[in-house]
Amino acid sequence: MNAMFAIAAGIAVLATVMMITRPSAVHALLYLTVSLLAVAMVFFVLGAPFAAALEVIIYAGAIMVLFVFVVMMLNIGGEAEALENDWLKPAAWIGPSVLALLLGLELGTLAARGGLARSAATVIGPQAVGIALTGPYMLAVEIASFLLLAAVVAAFHLGRAVMRGV
Amino acid sequence: MSQSHAIVAGLLNVVLGLAFLMITAALLTWVERRLLGFFQDRPGPNRVGPFGVLQVAADGIKLLFKQDWIPPFADAGVFVLAPAISMITVMLAMAIIPATPLIGIIGDLNVGLLFFLAMSGLSVYSAVLAGWASNNKYSLLGGMRAAAQMVSYEVFMGLSLVGVVMLAGSFNLTDIVRSQRHMWYVVPQFLGFIVFFLGGIAETHRLPFDLPEGESELGAGFHTEYSGMKFGMFFVGEYIGIMLISAMTTVLFLGGWYGPVLPPFMWFGIKTGLLICFFILLRAALPRPRYDQLMALGWKLLLPLTLLNILVTGALMLGLPGPA
Repeated sequence: MNAMFAIAAGIAVLATVMMITRPSAVHALLYLTVSLLAVAMVFFVLGAPFAAALEVIIYAGAIMVLFVFVVMMLNIGGEAEALENDWLKPAAWIGPSVLALLLGLELGTLAARGGLARSAATVIGPQAVGIALTGPYMLAVEIASFLLLAAVVAAFHLGRAVMRGV
Repeated sequence: MSQSHAIVAGLLNVVLGLAFLMITAALLTWVERRLLGFFQDRPGPNRVGPFGVLQVAADGIKLLFKQDWIPPFADAGVFVLAPAISMITVMLAMAIIPATPLIGIIGDLNVGLLFFLAMSGLSVYSAVLAGWASNNKYSLLGGMRAAAQMVSYEVFMGLSLVGVVMLAGSFNLTDIVRSQRHMWYVVPQFLGFIVFFLGGIAETHRLPFDLPEGESELGAGFHTEYSGMKFGMFFVGEYIGIMLISAMTTVLFLGGWYGPVLPPFMWFGIKTGLLICFFILLRAALPRPRYDQLMALGWKLLLPLTLLNILVTGALMLGLPGPA
C-alpha cells in the first residue's frame, strides 16, 4: 500500500506543477483533473473510500466538467495563451516559489521529527461519515445548505430575467 | 508462491472479463442492426457469415485498416485522449458489477455504487474533450450539449439511487442484490427505476437522447472529426455503456442473479439482455426531442420526482415497523 501511496502522491504533485505551468487553459484543467484523481487515490489508500469516491464524483466529475464547459463556451485560443505567457514572466515565480519553499521546509521538519507517521489502520466507511455529518457537524452541513440555497435562488433569478428580456 | 498465484489469477480474471466485454460490445453492433432491421421490416446485415454475424469482423478489419488521421487543426494530444476516456471509464465501471456472487471482475467494493457514479461522471470528459479538441463548430456544439445533458442527468441518476441505498443500507452492489432476495426493488422503488433508466439513456447519449450527436443538425456531433479505430473506440464505448446501464439496472432494481430454476448467471444474462434489447427498441420507436424539452424534462419533472421518492421512502421506512 505504501508504494501505491507514493505513486499517487507523486502523480498529484507532478500534475499540479504541470497545471500551474501550462499556458493553455484546457490543458491546465486536464492536469488539475488528473491531480484530483490522484488525490482521490491517496484518500483511498489512507482508508477513506467514501471521501475518495466523493472527490471523484464532485470535484473531477462535476466541478471540473463545468470549468471545462465554460472554457469551451468562451473558446479562448491562441490570444489567451499568448497573454498567459506574457503574464508568467520568470520574475513572477519568485514570490510563490519562496512561499512554497517555506511550506516544504515546514513539511520536511515535521516528517524528520516523525510527526507525519500516522498509520492508516482503520477504514472509515460511508456510514461513519454519514453519522459524523448528521451528528456533531450538523450545523456545518446546514450552513453549507444555506449557501447552496442562495446559489439556487440566484440562478433561478438570473434565468428568469433573461427570459423576460427576450 | 500462493500470493503470486493470486495475482496471476486476478490478472487473468481482468483480462478475460475485459475481452468478454469487448467481444460482446462488438457483437451488440450486429445485434442492434439486425433488431433494427426486424423492427423496421427489412433484413439488416445478413451477407457476411451465418445470419451476417461476421459483419462484426468485417467492420473491425475495416476500421483497423483505415488511415489513423488527426486533423491538422485539432489539439492532437487531447484528440487522442478523448476516445480512450470514453472506453476506459465504462470498462472500469463494468468491473464492479457482480454477475453472480462469484462472477465479477472486482466484485466486492464497499463503495461500489459510488464508483459507478464516479466513472459515469468522468465519462463526460470524453464527449466534452472530443468536441473541444476537434476544433470544429459542430463538434463543439455537440460537446457542449453532451456536457450539459450528462451533468444534469447525472444529478437525477444519483438521486434516484438514494432510495435503493436507503432500503439496502449499503453501497456494495453484492449486498444490494442480496437484499432483493424477497422483493425486487423495481416494486418499492418504481420511480427510482424509471428515473435511473432515463438517466442512463441520457448518460450513454443513446436515442432518443442522442442530441450531442444529432445527425440532422450537427453532422455527427462531438465525433464528427473522428475516423478509423478512434471512432471505433467511441462506438465500442457507447455499446459497453449500454451494457453497463442494463447491468446496473438489473443489479439495482431487478434482483440481479435471483430467479427460479435457471442458474444465477443465466438470470443475470437474461435480464441484462432484455434491457439491452429495450434500449434498441427505444432507438427504433421514439423520435428525438428538442434540446430544451430534454433539459426541461430533467429539471422540471425528474428532479422533483426523485426528491419526492426519497422523501416518501424515508417516511415509510421510519413509519412502518420492522425492517422495511
